[in-house]
Amino acid sequence: MAAPPLQLHTPASIGPASGPGDIKSRPAWSPYDDNGGTCVAVAGSDYCIVAASTRLSTGFSILTRDCSKLFQISEQVYIASAGFQADIRALQKMLQTRNVMYQHIHRKPMSASALAQLLGNNLYYKRFFPYFTWNLCVGLDPEGKGSVYTYDPVGSFERVGYSCQGSGKDLIQPVLDNQLKAASPLVLPSENWMTALPLEQAQDLVRDAFVSAGERDIYTGDCVEILTITTGGVHRETLDLKKD
Amino acid sequence: MATAALDFSVLAHRPATAAAAESLTEQELCSVGPCQFPLPPVQNLDSFEREVMEYIKPAHGTTTLGFVFKHGIIMAVDSRASMGTYISSQTVKKVIEINPYLLGTMAGGAADCQFWLRNLGMQCRLYELKNGHRITVKAASKLLANTLFGYKGMGLSMGTMIAGWDVGGPGLYYVDSDAQRTKGQIFSVGSGSLYAYGILDDGYNFDMEVEDAIELGQRSIYHATYRDAVSGGTVSVYHVTKDGWKKVRGADVGDLHYKYYPDADQHPTYGASPL
Repeated sequence: MAAPPLQLHTPASIGPASGPGDIKSRPAWSPYDDNGGTCVAVAGSDYCIVAASTRLSTGFSILTRDCSKLFQISEQVYIASAGFQADIRALQKMLQTRNVMYQHIHRKPMSASALAQLLGNNLYYKRFFPYFTWNLCVGLDPEGKGSVYTYDPVGSFERVGYSCQGSGKDLIQPVLDNQLKAASPLVLPSENWMTALPLEQAQDLVRDAFVSAGERDIYTGDCVEILTITTGGVHRETLDLKKD
Repeated sequence: MATAALDFSVLAHRPATAAAAESLTEQELCSVGPCQFPLPPVQNLDSFEREVMEYIKPAHGTTTLGFVFKHGIIMAVDSRASMGTYISSQTVKKVIEINPYLLGTMAGGAADCQFWLRNLGMQCRLYELKNGHRITVKAASKLLANTLFGYKGMGLSMGTMIAGWDVGGPGLYYVDSDAQRTKGQIFSVGSGSLYAYGILDDGYNFDMEVEDAIELGQRSIYHATYRDAVSGGTVSVYHVTKDGWKKVRGADVGDLHYKYYPDADQHPTYGASPL
C-alpha cells in the first residue's frame, strides 16, 4: 500500500482531518528546545556594539560551531537572538518579510526604533504559543547614538544602554552592570543613562565578557562575532573562543 | 547577510490609498481580535500555557499604587522586573502614558500590560477622532475591561490602574485580566501592595496638600521595596490634575533609604532585640 502524502499538522488541519475522539496525545513531546548561545550589546554616544557566540547546542551535544545569531535588517540595524534555533529562524524570516513590505510602503530603510516596536508586536502576536527566543534589537538612533532594545520572549521591551541575553546572561550581565551602569533613565531630574566608555574599551569589555563566559557556560564557546556599528559603517570581527 | 536592496521604480505611480483606508471596517481598525493570535495545536491549552510560562518565565513582580485626593490623583510605582529569581530589569517604566490625560500602571506580565495598554491608547485616540472630544476615564477603563474579557481564561496576567482627568474630574479605576473593573479612591496592586497599603492607609487624608501626597506615594513604594524582594529599583511618582499628568518624582530606592534613615542606628529595626 502506498504511503499517504506527508501532511503538515497545523492547528487548522488537525480539527477537520480527524474526529475529536481519535486525537492521540504525546505528553512527552515538547515543541521547544534550547540551543543556547549568548548575545551582548553595548550602546555608546557615537557607536553601538553587538556580539553573539556561534555555538549551537542541544542538551550536552554541540550541533555546529559556526551558526551566526546576528541578523541584519537594514544598514545599521541588527537583531541578535538566542534560544530555540527553529523559532529564531522563523522570527528572522517573518521580520525580513515585514522589512521588505516596510520598504515598499515607506520607501526608506527601517529605523532601530521602528524595528523595536515591530519586533515587540510580533513577539506578542505569538503570546499563546510564544517564540522561544531572547532578543536584542541594536542600531543607531537618528542622532547617531547607539540604541539597544532588550526583550522577553513574549515581547515586553525596553531601551537600555547595554544588555545581555541567552545562556551566558547570568554570568555576563552583572559584569556589564559593574562596568557600564549609569543613572537610571527614570530618575528626576534626569541624568545621562548611556555608557560613557570609549569605543576601544567597550570592545575590550565585550571580548573579555565572552572569553570569561566561555570558561563557565557550556553553551558559549567556539567563536564570537562582534559587530561595531558607527555612522562610518559596520566593522565585523570574529574572536575565537575555546572549542571544548 | 546582505540587506535586501529594493527597486522602487515600479512604485513611481502609486494609486490613491485613501479609498483603501476608508474601506477598512471599524473592527479592523479598532481591535486585535483573538483569532489573530495563533494557538498551539494541543488538546489542553490551559496546561500548555502553564508549561510555557514555566519555561520562558516572563517578566513579573511589582508594587504600584494610586489614590485620589483634593488636588487630583497620585500614582506611584517601583521599577523592578524579575524572571523567576533573576532580576531582569531595574529600570522598567511601569506607568504607561496612554495620552496627556490618561495613565495606566503595570503589574503582572510585562508584555501583557505593555501591549494592551498601547492597544488602549490606540482605541482612545480613535474615540477622540470619531467623537471630537476626549474619552472619559470611565469609558477608557471599560474599553480595556471589555478587551480583556475577550481573553478571559487564556492566561493573561494583568493588574492595572487607569487614572486620568475628564469632564467629571479625577477618575481612578482598577482593571485586571479577569476583566474585573472597579472605581475607587485608593488602590495598590502587585506583590508588594500589602506593604504599600500599610503606609498608604496610615498616612492618607483626602484634604492633604500636594507635597504631602507625593511624599506619601513615594514612601509607600519605598517601604514596599524594602520588604518585598521582587519590588525595587526606582520610585516614580506622577500627579494628575485638570491639566493632565506630570511626573513629579524619580528616585533610586538606595538613595531614598539613606534619605529616610541617614543613621543606621536610628533605623527602627536596629538593636531592638528584646532577648
